[in-house]
Amino acid sequence: MQDRIPILHMSNFLLVTIQVDMHDRLALQLQDDLTSKISATGARGVLIDISSLEMVDSFIGRVLGNISSMSRVLDAKTVVVGMQPAVAITLVELGLSLPGILTALNVAKGMELLSRD
Amino acid sequence: MPTLKSEVQPVVTENDIVYVRQNVRKWAVEMKFSLVDQTKMVTAASELARNLLIYGGGGEVRLEQLQEGSRMGLRVMFVDQGPGIPDIEQALKDGFTSGKGMGLGLGGAKRLVTDFDIKSIVGQGTSITTTKWR
Repeated sequence: MQDRIPILHMSNFLLVTIQVDMHDRLALQLQDDLTSKISATGARGVLIDISSLEMVDSFIGRVLGNISSMSRVLDAKTVVVGMQPAVAITLVELGLSLPGILTALNVAKGMELLSRD
Repeated sequence: MPTLKSEVQPVVTENDIVYVRQNVRKWAVEMKFSLVDQTKMVTAASELARNLLIYGGGGEVRLEQLQEGSRMGLRVMFVDQGPGIPDIEQALKDGFTSGKGMGLGLGGAKRLVTDFDIKSIVGQGTSITTTKWR
């Protein structure tokens, strides 16, 4: 199984597209990698595209929340984009509404949100 | 109630949680559940398979395709020989966690399926049965 999710660095932003069914360690690895990379590059924004994710459970939800909080502490903004409607319905019924996480419908809207101020 | 098909898969490592998700998805697609129902079942299975591994010390997941009259059901059972759950009522409450999770696993999974049954004997293990009908 894959052991790392690639992170792209573009001007002031870090871009991540999650295209695999993440096992728990892979999600935690992404959390660590993103945090180090924000600190190393001084990136001001992180965009995480989850449009290929067919499921977000409480573990992945927690990791997304952690990434959001950690980036905020490091003076960067995180936006999660592209959640599939079925995933959104399931998440809310599960009891998870991702408080504190910025979301946008797609990559273009997410970039717009990050580029503001 | 006739069981048309069944399969057992072990959950002993983290990767097995991913295999459970993939297998439940495959069965749900084959049984023509809607995309939302597929997603709910896969998510519930992911929560419960993780519990099985973390709290139950690993165990088995059993999938069954059921038929009852004109309706079809997908049943997923999670069985471990772990320490058991002393207070099931409390474990089902949102926000309850004895470990590193968010405390949404059991109660959340229950909301995502049609039937949810849990049996646990302290010192002997836990068995959770979830079923969704269509």
